[in-house]
Amino acid sequence: MYIYDEIDQRLVDERVTQFRGQTRRFLAGELSEDDFRALRLRNGLYIQRYAPMLRVAIPYGLLSATQLRKLAQIARTYDRGYAHFSTRQNMQFNWPKLEDVPDILAELATVQMHAIQTSGNCVRNITTDHYAGVASDEIVDSFVWCEVLRQWSTFNPEFTYLPRKFKIAVNGSQSDRVAVQVHDIGLHALRNADGEVGFRVLVGGGLGRTPIIGHVIREFLPWQHLLTYLDAVLRVYNRYGRRDNLNRARIKILVKERTPEVFRKEVEAEWEHLKDGPATLIAEEITRIERRFTRPHYQKLDPLASGYVLALARDKAFANWVGRNVHSHKVPGYAAVTLSLKKTGVPPGDVTAEQMDAIADLADRYSFGELRVSHEQNLILADVRLSELHDLWRKARALGLATPNIGLLTNIICCPGGDFCSLANAKSIPVAEAIQRRFDDLDYLHDIGELDLNISGCMNACGHHHVGHIGILGVDKQGAEFYQISIGGAQGNDASLGKVLGPSVSQAEVPDVIEKLIDLYLSRRDSEEERFVDLVRRIGIEPFKEHVYGIRHQAAADRSRQLEAA
Amino acid sequence: MAFVIKQRQIAADNWKLLKPAADGSSTAVASTGDIIVPLAFWLEQREALLSRAGRLGVWLDSHEEPGAIASDFDRFGVIAVNFPKFGDGRGFSIARLLRERYGYQGELRAIGEVGRDHLFFMARCGFDSFLLRDAEDPEQALTAFDDFSDAYQASVERPLPLFRRRFLASPDGVESS
Repeated sequence: MYIYDEIDQRLVDERVTQFRGQTRRFLAGELSEDDFRALRLRNGLYIQRYAPMLRVAIPYGLLSATQLRKLAQIARTYDRGYAHFSTRQNMQFNWPKLEDVPDILAELATVQMHAIQTSGNCVRNITTDHYAGVASDEIVDSFVWCEVLRQWSTFNPEFTYLPRKFKIAVNGSQSDRVAVQVHDIGLHALRNADGEVGFRVLVGGGLGRTPIIGHVIREFLPWQHLLTYLDAVLRVYNRYGRRDNLNRARIKILVKERTPEVFRKEVEAEWEHLKDGPATLIAEEITRIERRFTRPHYQKLDPLASGYVLALARDKAFANWVGRNVHSHKVPGYAAVTLSLKKTGVPPGDVTAEQMDAIADLADRYSFGELRVSHEQNLILADVRLSELHDLWRKARALGLATPNIGLLTNIICCPGGDFCSLANAKSIPVAEAIQRRFDDLDYLHDIGELDLNISGCMNACGHHHVGHIGILGVDKQGAEFYQISIGGAQGNDASLGKVLGPSVSQAEVPDVIEKLIDLYLSRRDSEEERFVDLVRRIGIEPFKEHVYGIRHQAAADRSRQLEAA
Repeated sequence: MAFVIKQRQIAADNWKLLKPAADGSSTAVASTGDIIVPLAFWLEQREALLSRAGRLGVWLDSHEEPGAIASDFDRFGVIAVNFPKFGDGRGFSIARLLRERYGYQGELRAIGEVGRDHLFFMARCGFDSFLLRDAEDPEQALTAFDDFSDAYQASVERPLPLFRRRFLASPDGVESS
């Protein structure tokens, strides 16, 4: 964990006081609805369909057991005993009272937490790899760089009223586990020939209404220049990004309209003035931040702990779970464990206060009192001894957190959708549940293999449907909730955007469509190694389309095309 | 008499803000008195404006280029930057450019939708004068400058970011807290 110093703490405390004043002025009628909206949003407070929603920042997804217990206490005291992990590694409370929010923020501040810039048109929570610090393919520890950026972005005076929200992701490993290509800015850490750290800078990627893969505008930015270069990008965006149309206001539209090359030149020209200025980073600061992170004290362990190997051989259910939910660790004898929040029948990403307390105990007992939130809405215990995996598994299973489905079809990424969110066109949680029920047979699920299924309740794409191998998007069709299915999307180093399969379908039809897609995949894959998305890339979407909509539909479509041509 | 916030105090103010007519054309300008004219007026009527008796200021709208007046700073008693909407943050960048790139040292005034909760950020970007929008309580607004007692970033108010100030305070990296 990064441990606040006196100034970090003071700023968070002062924010609580500031927001208490803003809330008081609003309730007293001194602040208009519109103005308060802009102010409360940059403090994570939405007014939702049924109640306010408060989004609490979990900077770069790193959380201590103490913090999780505090979140549990808040869920019990101020909410209905549960909360939701979002796809941006944050936590959302769905039922707080507006007038209680200053008190909730004060509670959060006691454990070095806040809701600063979790919404609004400003730089949002910086996201990163949930295996940062433990991955064997690590280039840099991205947590350190995320904290550098957290400080740079917090109350940045110039970039506090941007045209639109701004999302930055940092990837510190060889493989991209943060989707750098679909962020406003994606930073991919690299080392040059001399071993010096720098970043490949991508801009203008994003999902939402206009999904675009980001453009590389700098192949290697030496780390010293990180902040001045970001200042240049943000300044160009702040000054020239569109403010006339909310749907055209993201940086991706500016980059597209100007072309990536022209945009790059403008940034470079701006940077010429800022480069080597006072905001140029110094090694002492990076070291200082590194030292403020607590680190696990790893033991020298036998990498083949005998009990663990025996348990794997004897216990098939345990071995299944290890196969799916346990990830390798750079230190011998340790592993990273994913606690699945995707049990069938529970909305993806939801946890109860009791589970939070129990998970905090697991983190204390097995993983140095820390955990991480993944953008797939699961929790990771990153530093578990192999010899203790079996114990941990039994306890996690008793808590309903050991569904062995990481990377599989039922590990659905899903936004809160129309059940909670006022932006949504359609519900998403019941769709996720119907699919999970249809594919509840674990053997079948494992046979299907790796498959990312992502659901968004509207085109804002909080559920990342564009980059799901199968993506489901809620749409409004003359007042009724329908679902558009796309296939062939992917996150990671070979990110791609899914293609729409055909006409949208009703909620009841969704599981059937998914099943048909899976049928065709199982009959056409060349081996178990060929994943669903690989097959889509090999044979294209036409065979899937035919299989789902049938020949009759094809004939009808052909007829209408002929009529149009005539 | 109108008032503005200047040097963190409520001060009487004589500047008259001129706005372009609805069709964008210049309106008649009185020959005396202190006036702040739109950028377009300045560019079109430079000589006439300079031969007036009163003092002269210019204001930039949020889409306008601060570079357009960079060589004329000594002509102006004040430069103002307009915030047409509560959420339009372009003026923050314009202020930094005027101060940091073009070296403007005179009075820099925020006008338009200037509310209490903007003041702290505006001051950090280089504004030292604030014409509050209607309905803002000026006494209340004065407290906004103390909302936060420190800041991480480099700014016009404090050119050194916190990390450099920390380093200067303890170059060996030993922290007091």
